[in-house]
Amino acid sequence: MEEPTIKNKFVFSRESLKKKFRLSEFLSEKIITGVAFLSITIIVLIFFFVFKESLPIFQSKNKEAVKVESVQKQEQYGADETAVTNAAGQEQYGDVPADRTNAAGQEQYGVTETDSLMTENQVQEEDTIVYGSDEATFKSLTGTQWLPVSDNPRYGLIPLFVGTLKITLIAILFAAPIAILAALFSASFAPYWLREIIKPAIELLAGFPSVVIGFFALMVMASFFQSIFGYDGRLNAFVGGVAMALAAIPIIYTITEDALTAVPQTYTEASLALGATRWQTALFVTLPAATPGIFAAILLGIGRVFGETMIALMATGNAAMTGINPFESVRTLAATIGAEMAEVVFGDTHYNVLFLIGSLLFVFTFSLNALAEFYVKGKLVKRFQGKQS
Amino acid sequence: MSRKKAITGGLFVGLTAFSAFLIIAVIIILLVVIIIGGKDTFSWEFLTAFPEDGMMKGGIFPAIYGTALLVVIMSVAAVPFGTITAIYLTEYAHEKSILAQTIRFAVRTLATVPSIIFGLFGLGFFIKFVGSGMDDVFLGGQLKWGQPNILWASLTMALLTLPVVIVSVEEAIRTVPREMREASLALGATKWETIRRIVIPGSRSGIMTGTILAVSRGAGEVAPILFTGAAYYLATLPTSLSDQFMNLGYHIYIMATQSANVDQTLPIQFATTMVLLMLTFILNLTAVIIRSRLRRKAK
Repeated sequence: MEEPTIKNKFVFSRESLKKKFRLSEFLSEKIITGVAFLSITIIVLIFFFVFKESLPIFQSKNKEAVKVESVQKQEQYGADETAVTNAAGQEQYGDVPADRTNAAGQEQYGVTETDSLMTENQVQEEDTIVYGSDEATFKSLTGTQWLPVSDNPRYGLIPLFVGTLKITLIAILFAAPIAILAALFSASFAPYWLREIIKPAIELLAGFPSVVIGFFALMVMASFFQSIFGYDGRLNAFVGGVAMALAAIPIIYTITEDALTAVPQTYTEASLALGATRWQTALFVTLPAATPGIFAAILLGIGRVFGETMIALMATGNAAMTGINPFESVRTLAATIGAEMAEVVFGDTHYNVLFLIGSLLFVFTFSLNALAEFYVKGKLVKRFQGKQS
Repeated sequence: MSRKKAITGGLFVGLTAFSAFLIIAVIIILLVVIIIGGKDTFSWEFLTAFPEDGMMKGGIFPAIYGTALLVVIMSVAAVPFGTITAIYLTEYAHEKSILAQTIRFAVRTLATVPSIIFGLFGLGFFIKFVGSGMDDVFLGGQLKWGQPNILWASLTMALLTLPVVIVSVEEAIRTVPREMREASLALGATKWETIRRIVIPGSRSGIMTGTILAVSRGAGEVAPILFTGAAYYLATLPTSLSDQFMNLGYHIYIMATQSANVDQTLPIQFATTMVLLMLTFILNLTAVIIRSRLRRKAK
């Protein structure tokens, strides 16, 4: 009796089994896909807008080249007229045109690396011939002086690069060995309960705001190190570097630990079965097998230190110096942006130069991240999956 | 095995253990020093009073209020977008598709971009481009949105914390059993219905962890807000989105480096640092606990 009604209710035809178009399904899928694109869009936008604000430097450089040429012509005429009589003048201006044309050529091709000697010459030229602040910029971008706020501003990035590299080196020299050894301890030697303490503790260190670490370095570490080493300036590259190591350790530790635990258990077992001890296995089997991951960890640590702003602002002293002494004050790229952006006139050359520094930082950390990602992916896949399958 | 080798081994294991304990020791020293330095000044009044005498005395209420407002606006922006991106990555995208891998790469890149770059981006994009654009279109060039304020600072911070949310939510969504989804689909629910009724409720704790971690990160970061809206001192609390605001981290930075009498305000600085550290510490601890429970569930 009931059979026919059931049959009537569920008649499956090819048509009825087809996926129906539902507006809500369609919309939700499209919206979700659209939102997922957001992170890609943000990356592109960051690159575009940070770079865009630094563009005027490259535009004013053309203006500058024209201006330099005209000045040069004037001087040449001047030199021609006085060449015979005024030997001193000739000496003074004798090598100027060559340098000038070099400079102009360099600017036209957008090459930023120059001989430091030549740059010094240029800086001296700027002292004798006063340009407006807008014209004197691109030339001295590779100079050795960072004096953005003065009558004759200099935007030499060399001391900032030197400072950043110095800090990064010190920080990584401290952070990498400690973090890698600690990761080896918790991955290979520590009993389970101890690992369950160490790992979350270091994760908590990752959550410490960098301004807190900076404050700790400024108030406590700086005085502590000064009493040990007895140098003059309280704040210097060493204090900043050690403080930054605190920021880099959690990153290096976490990624290294992941890499170590990802090494297949069979490796360890094979090594132990051959009679190696646990420490030999850890040092000669697990650690080498995880090298790509550790390499990536160090790269990401470098990226973190390179772009760290607050610790650099608070603990390094912020004087742009080019010496290699680790107990000297330094100014990093990121700290320069942080310290000067708030006081700068919008659209000014100084403003543009700070954005240029930002673009350089962005490009650098982006490449580090890309390198870490692709290098590690390629290597690890080859090592573990490639061999096993 | 020779005696020499055993000694080397012991030394090596000792060295690794020493490194691990060194890190723990530094964490403990940092916490203890900050707490000892700040505990005398810390009080209920300190949390609820305004700064007085040119910040020489008084409390930090405006800084706490500003930080809270910042993280609330930030979460409103970051959490939905982060969750939706995570849903796309786990539910819609094919694991190996180029699009999904590009998005993953972008998320990881976003997580490693230095925070000061976000500040520059906030200035160049939100303030100079969007803000000035809004002023030109709606207010006829009158300056209102084209300057640093709490809205732009919060949105800048949201970009910074987006990867944190995405990663947490994704991890949580993966713990929702496949059978639950299949059962839902077998009962005739559509894909979107399954996501809405099964996947999202199942990953609620992950969304919460992501939000907590994002809030903790956003409360502690200073570099992105240096020039997108943080102010040194304000006599009134921010009442509109176009107001500037005070912030705990920025307060510490300014008091410790830029103020004229750093030594006299040292107790206030320590107490402020303690408040910020405790805030982020408790938030992170909560997140770690929820997450470890989640991981145990996943196993």
